[in-house]
Amino acid sequence: MNPRRFPFTREISLAVMAYLYVPVVVLIAYSFNANRTATIWTHASVSWYGRILENPSIQAAAWNSLVLAVCAATAATLLALLAALSTRRDFLGRGAAETVLNMPLILPEIVVAVATLLLFVALGVHLGLTAMMAAHTAFCIPFAYLPIRARLDGMSGTYEEAAQDLYASRFRTFRRVTMPMLWPGVMAGFTLAFVTSLDDFLTSFFLSGPGTTTLPVYIFSAIRSGISPEINAISAVMLVVSVLLVALSFFLGRLRR
Amino acid sequence: MMHNPTLRRASLLTPAIAVILLLIGVPLCLMGWISLLGKGTSSGVDWASLPSVANYVRLVWEEDFDGTMILNSSYLVIFLRSVVLAAVTTIFSLLLGLPVALWMAGLSRTGRDAMLLLITIPFWTNLLVRNYAWLIILREDGWVAKSVNAISPFGPVQLLYNDTAVAIGLTYSFLPFMILPLYTVFEKFDWRLLEAAYDLGATRKRALRRVLLPIATPGIMAGSLLVFIPCLGAFVTPALLGGGKTLMLGNIIQMQFGASRNWPFGASLSVILLAAMLIVMTAMALLRNRRTA
Repeated sequence: MNPRRFPFTREISLAVMAYLYVPVVVLIAYSFNANRTATIWTHASVSWYGRILENPSIQAAAWNSLVLAVCAATAATLLALLAALSTRRDFLGRGAAETVLNMPLILPEIVVAVATLLLFVALGVHLGLTAMMAAHTAFCIPFAYLPIRARLDGMSGTYEEAAQDLYASRFRTFRRVTMPMLWPGVMAGFTLAFVTSLDDFLTSFFLSGPGTTTLPVYIFSAIRSGISPEINAISAVMLVVSVLLVALSFFLGRLRR
Repeated sequence: MMHNPTLRRASLLTPAIAVILLLIGVPLCLMGWISLLGKGTSSGVDWASLPSVANYVRLVWEEDFDGTMILNSSYLVIFLRSVVLAAVTTIFSLLLGLPVALWMAGLSRTGRDAMLLLITIPFWTNLLVRNYAWLIILREDGWVAKSVNAISPFGPVQLLYNDTAVAIGLTYSFLPFMILPLYTVFEKFDWRLLEAAYDLGATRKRALRRVLLPIATPGIMAGSLLVFIPCLGAFVTPALLGGGKTLMLGNIIQMQFGASRNWPFGASLSVILLAAMLIVMTAMALLRNRRTA
């Protein structure tokens, strides 16, 4: 019996896909609505996109988000790369190490965000971009680690052994053999860490402090004061950017080994 | 160069582990300690106060004007609502996710890859933005509300700011977490086993129950855990779609750090959330061990 023959699974699946994607399509469609009230459709227009480009607080928030995501994803990818290289072969405590590395995935984000806020206040750390960078780096590590780990697991060690047999130093082997083969995994990891940081709302919400907002924090406070066509437009931009980056990471992960 | 492999491994592994322990492990321990302290006047925490369980007592009892302790059910209600909403979301996700996972497993290689990408994409897009999309769809003057009200026999219905809206939003947010582990199980399943069961005279129902279900169970359990746990700590969905009326644990934690400014009480609520999560995870692990034993 083939799973294709289960009755109604096709119909239910199509309905579920509609459930997942109709809201996204509606949101994007409304972002092109010319009407001020954001509720009544008049005619198509890109005026709200022009409006968000001119808004200085949106510009500042977008810049903060970008700087934050670049820094956090770079740091997390570097740390994850080193960790993935060290957990390549089995050793005593490897399971424990991987549990710690994956901890940010399991813990409820609001609890971690609140706890980090308490630590920073207790230590007298100034809330803002630097505080957010530190926290984002920590929770981005598993997102960078998993694709690198997957790429490493699919790599045979024979090329590296051959290089070493031909008297390449350990560093040279790493630079000329391991890294070129591992590169797509590192890029996929970086992209996922970048998207995770860019989209993060809760941690930034607690750690942003007065004066520094990120785009998601800006969107949240804007939603609090009501639905508006500007929010539709920024939201649509954020959605499209995330989707493009994830698709990129997906194809990087599938590059021929 | 370091020639000792253990030393080299430790030096590569330590930075990542140290960052996570310092920025996640240490804060969680500190939070546990702060949950025992009193509320401060300026900074939110009274560091000099003697540790006590007063914050935990406050969850259930409150002091009356004359000093007697009376039951305060408001936090219990919110806790129960969080658990019930998380459970309902898990059940909805299972009902929707199971057919999708089964259907995906029967597709061609390209079809499966495409579906996998389509299921994963929502996970990576902004949770806030996706819940905001539901705010647009369900709002009072939207076409969905208008058409529901046109056919509703009970008069005008409010679609937003209630438990149903939050359940819809939560299911929407976490459904991919259910589909992916289920799909992983079905993808590896050898469908000839079902044929063998039929050949040996099993009815359709019996074959599904005795062959497919035992294999699907680990996937169902993993998916349920992956949906239930983030739901329990949800903040964005109830904040947007519950509109301050349907509060969940995440919302009252945030309130202690915002308007109420009672950080130790917020810390104790977070500890409760963490404990509830650990209890569920342990129960699942025990259940799994008993099944395999």
